Amino acid sequence: MADTSVAHAHESHHPEHQDDTNLWEGAKEPFKASYGKLMMWYFLLSDAFTFAGFLIAYGALRFSMPTWPEPDFVFASFPFVNAHWPLIFVTFMTFVLIFSSVTMVRAVQEGHRENRNGVVFWMLLTILGGATFLGSQAYEWTTLIVKENMTVSQNPFGRHIADGIYLNADGTEAKKEDGSPKTFHKGESYLLHKHEGSFDIPKVKYTTGAYAGQVRDASFGPKAFGALFFFITGFHGFHVFSGVLFLTIIMINAASGLYAARKNGYEMVEKMGLYWHFVDLVWVFVFLVFYLL
Amino acid sequence: MAGHQTYEEQKALVFKGLMLLGVITIVEVVIALTAKGHLIHGVKFTEGFGHYLYMLLMIGFSLYKAYFIIFFFMHMAYEVRGLALSVLLPTALLVWAIIAFFQEGNSWGNRRELIKEKNEERVKPAGQPQGYILSKDDFRNTL
Repeated sequence: MADTSVAHAHESHHPEHQDDTNLWEGAKEPFKASYGKLMMWYFLLSDAFTFAGFLIAYGALRFSMPTWPEPDFVFASFPFVNAHWPLIFVTFMTFVLIFSSVTMVRAVQEGHRENRNGVVFWMLLTILGGATFLGSQAYEWTTLIVKENMTVSQNPFGRHIADGIYLNADGTEAKKEDGSPKTFHKGESYLLHKHEGSFDIPKVKYTTGAYAGQVRDASFGPKAFGALFFFITGFHGFHVFSGVLFLTIIMINAASGLYAARKNGYEMVEKMGLYWHFVDLVWVFVFLVFYLL
Repeated sequence: MAGHQTYEEQKALVFKGLMLLGVITIVEVVIALTAKGHLIHGVKFTEGFGHYLYMLLMIGFSLYKAYFIIFFFMHMAYEVRGLALSVLLPTALLVWAIIAFFQEGNSWGNRRELIKEKNEERVKPAGQPQGYILSKDDFRNTL
């Protein structure tokens, strides 16, 4: 459409943008991008390194532990349903972010056409997506903290290091409800439950591995798991939160006609779009590292 | 951004992106649930070659999603080459970071085992002197 190219043509007729080009000495924009857009890219690059550092720390610590909680065991709750649905809720969260990314692309496209109502409409949907994601994360965190007692310094999600059998308090071998012995296998997950304020730690007798024949307490899972989970998903959630704030501000500005007056194809919306897609991009890797691998 | 694309083409790209990212995510989750033994009874890839294949597949899908988001949602495909290279090339440093830190993590793991072994090691029965500790008298005598 013709208006796309007109909107895109250039922003030099506006005095405010003229200042920008003066900042870029030489009267020629490097990489044919405005100052703001280029700096947004470099900010995102630095942010990518921050996230990569966190995720690599997760990998290094995970490699250093003899056991690590299974994601499909840890992340299996779903709102209003008392069921074990592994990974279904985080898949929903992923879809929320994908949708809000798509609506953001639409907002940027409408901006290039200088369509104010279109920008505001699609940005509003994007904000709703971001808020839904934050709400979902709040649910996920609440379940882990309140119901399952995981904190930054305590991780009740463990995995058995060898085959064995659970023991009763009196030292006899525990039985399941149908009378068969309550055995477990190497690598099986368990969650330690709290009972009246303190953890109920069952005794186990191993039948294989280095501790074969010994009676031991079932141990907590690696502490680092809780700290890494809350820190990394929290840092990502903080990005979503600040994204929602800035989206709201920019949507109000767009609605007020501020960007229409600048006649630069709603460049501010485009810069915000870069940030918002980056948040989705980071989630791709958080999803991979925490939930899939 | 894509000045050479028509509005209809742009909208088609958005729809394609939605489908692509959605389908890949669903495929990822279905494969993950199968590999972890939740979907088909008796089928599980949690160890050995199958597990490596599973992890490679997941990493591959994620990298493809990342590529699509960066190049088409963030319009890197339509930026000038220099901009794309100046943003993308530095991330190559992460390849070494991953190799180095995972190697380091492995080494911590091995040391953890070693420390645990040493902690559980029983020393010789008491009564016999260990090592080179001299008693006070011995020390005086040697002077």
